Amino acid sequence: MSEILESTEIGRPMVRQDGPAKVRGLAPYAYEQPVQDPLHLHPVQSTIALGCIVSIDTSAAEALPGVVAVLTHENAPRLANTDDAELAVLQGHEVGFRGQFIGAVLAESPEVARQAAAAVVVDYEAEEHDADFRADHPQLTEPNAATADTFDGDVDTALRAAAHTVEATYTTPAEHNNPMEPHTTIALWDERGLTLYDSTQGPHPVRQTIAPVFGLQPDQVHVIAPHIGGGFGSKGLPHANVVLTALAAQRSGGRPVKLALTRQQMFTVAGYRTPTIQQVRLGADDDGRLSAVAMDAVEQTSKIKEFTEESGQPARMMYATPNRQVTQRLARLDIPVPSWMRAPGKCPGMFGPEVAMDEIAEACALDPIELRVRNEPESDPETGKPYSSRRLLDCLAEGAKRFGWDRRNARPGQRVQGRWRVGLGVAASTYPFLRQFSEAKVSYSADGTYAVHIGAADLGTGAWTALTQIAADALGVSAHRIRLEIGDTALPVASVAGGSSGTASWGAAIIAAADEFLAKFGVEPDPGAEVQTAAPRDSAQKEYAMHSFGAQFAEVCVNVDTGEVRVPRMLGVFSAGRIINAGTARSQFIGGMSMGIGMALHEQSVMDARFGSFVNHDFAEYHVPANADIADVDAVWLDEVDPLAGPLGARGIGEIGIVGAAAAVANATYNATGIRVRDLPLTPDKFL
Amino acid sequence: MDQNITLYVDGNRRPVTVDTRTTLLDALRDRLDVTSPKKGCDHGQCGACTVLLNGRRVTSCLVLAVAYDGADVTTAAGLGSDDELHPVQQAFLDRDGFQCGYCTPGQICSAVGMMEEAERGSPSHVSANLNDPVELTDEEIRERMSGNLCRCGAYVNIVAAIRQAADPEAEQIRQARAERQRNEPVLREDDAPTSYQVSVSGEEGR
Repeated sequence: MSEILESTEIGRPMVRQDGPAKVRGLAPYAYEQPVQDPLHLHPVQSTIALGCIVSIDTSAAEALPGVVAVLTHENAPRLANTDDAELAVLQGHEVGFRGQFIGAVLAESPEVARQAAAAVVVDYEAEEHDADFRADHPQLTEPNAATADTFDGDVDTALRAAAHTVEATYTTPAEHNNPMEPHTTIALWDERGLTLYDSTQGPHPVRQTIAPVFGLQPDQVHVIAPHIGGGFGSKGLPHANVVLTALAAQRSGGRPVKLALTRQQMFTVAGYRTPTIQQVRLGADDDGRLSAVAMDAVEQTSKIKEFTEESGQPARMMYATPNRQVTQRLARLDIPVPSWMRAPGKCPGMFGPEVAMDEIAEACALDPIELRVRNEPESDPETGKPYSSRRLLDCLAEGAKRFGWDRRNARPGQRVQGRWRVGLGVAASTYPFLRQFSEAKVSYSADGTYAVHIGAADLGTGAWTALTQIAADALGVSAHRIRLEIGDTALPVASVAGGSSGTASWGAAIIAAADEFLAKFGVEPDPGAEVQTAAPRDSAQKEYAMHSFGAQFAEVCVNVDTGEVRVPRMLGVFSAGRIINAGTARSQFIGGMSMGIGMALHEQSVMDARFGSFVNHDFAEYHVPANADIADVDAVWLDEVDPLAGPLGARGIGEIGIVGAAAAVANATYNATGIRVRDLPLTPDKFL
Repeated sequence: MDQNITLYVDGNRRPVTVDTRTTLLDALRDRLDVTSPKKGCDHGQCGACTVLLNGRRVTSCLVLAVAYDGADVTTAAGLGSDDELHPVQQAFLDRDGFQCGYCTPGQICSAVGMMEEAERGSPSHVSANLNDPVELTDEEIRERMSGNLCRCGAYVNIVAAIRQAADPEAEQIRQARAERQRNEPVLREDDAPTSYQVSVSGEEGR
């Protein structure tokens, strides 16, 4: 157990440090970094889903004034390492999914680059592709790199003996992260190596991934990313656009090359959440105690690269039961490569089971909160480890009082206001604690300020601000004496801003550096005094099950005539350990919940299996919540510190806000209408 | 085909050569290094590129620059100065009306333009009466700001920021009350875990 840092600055709703620049639009994102005389890149994408390129005619493109080069697999520089097929762009004539990069135009202006890319003529030899995702796909396989199946006890026998059962199939569609800032890279080669201004959640992880692809040592790759316009996982790892830009910059005559993906291109090459088909089976006795929990999930991945959405995870650890089965199977298809999207695994994996809990509560004639009370485990059901903290029931109880849960009528379809049916719903939420290796440097300047350096990234989470607060408390000074630098591989190694692990990982490194600095130099250091160190590892993660928990409450109105679903009110109550900044934390919680409303009501990426592409690839057809879709969304948290979660006592908050949100909304629509919808999103047709 | 035009950007005279296909957004970002307006979709669907063009809010990615020779363009960078932010910008800071900040300059230009439209009495889809003065209720703000997407989901705080810019005192009281309610514990130690008994007979409540 670490000693917990005393807080003075921590916990305050300190205003965002990067805020004054951002409200004027002056904080530089990747595309806006000042570079000399850049060239513009526009990709050429495949128009078949599977096969190979027979010929590629670039003559018309090359003839356009302003075109500098047209890259194809025939003339592109060779990469040193092509193990990762997603990143091995322009290295061969094979096509593995529709929309894959098969060429790119370098030109003096973006207009000319785009025009020339459209003028490239490609002849293919197409093969019959398979982009049809379904539960009865003939070649479902086990994931190669994912948690193994769970078989505890005997689910089938327990279900046969159970007084009450729910056996149903739940589905979540493919969804796209859609950060507002498109994935963007500026690449520049010089005698020192490769410089990348990149929209990334992890400058150091980009360096680690990209260096071997180009046969470079990591220190020959310099990644700069002070400000990132959202990511939600899609910018967690470099995608093909980063490699394409760096590759093209080898043909630019030393000029920097800029590529910002179009919104449409982001639907094929920047990752997405796989659709899931979840077969959930619950059995319970007359008292509502679960005798069996089964979750058999089917997901898709791309044949060119495996990614497993671990949607089985929550079913392993949420509720106590003697008989449990969790399996995950993959349909390997000729489709774009899925990747991380906010709360991968947990987010879709809490939809089916949390709706099923609502269903079995009704079967047992129990309130859904009481059902969860009766199935609260004393230790982690999967591993038997004790919880560092598990306050799901406190979250449910606190939320019930604040939300007015006692006004819910257990019988569905009873409350009508005008042409709207009104209902309340609840679902649990969870996200695991994770801390990763990071280093930080602290140095003292003659002007009385402390420079705190760490190669972390702020994609909107508030890291600029939260880390300043942590550094101030760690050094025992007020925040205005901290000069924080993040977002650059020239700074000490930091882990990715992902898995809700950033603040805990980077904060622990800053505290370790500050501790060592104070031990070495005291409170009156000489200018130039400096310490760089990594956070010590601690063993709590091995000995304890460490998760955050939450309760999501939703009120919905479903229109009697149109089936339209509105969410006038939503409340999340979270137990996430210590909260570093009350303002930015609330923003992250309600932001996750708002994205959860999008997941519940709107979001679905529609694959046309005949062509292997997502057809609704823009904001007109892929609907993310707009301002008018979000009404009263609020979040509160339990006042606590997790003494086992490192010296900060914080478990992370970036993702838990979306987990369980869609289930709460779906359960509320059932309470409003008596219609049980098990397939997201909750579009109007499903209520008519 | 290239064409020479002159824009007046945030009060500065900016002559520029544009391709006739160049949008106002690309003219600003790629040719004048004015990067306050952002590109999120290039199709007028997200609003990140919103600027005030001759005083009116527009999505600058849907405007061809060559058609606006001599126009006045105000970006979020020109609304405030280093010394003093525009009240809407200050309100976005105070109410944490953004997270990643990428949609923010567009949100702020849109809010400034929208408040002026409301002041003029210009009705929206949710206005009950087309001729009455517009009261900027939450519903009106949400409707009028729905052309500006925010994927971080800062809408609740964006609406609060615009309320503050419209009526600082009322918003201050409202926030103080909300803050107090959030921090006021509703559960005592011995309240949890609570037992929930349910009525299946259909009467309201338990």
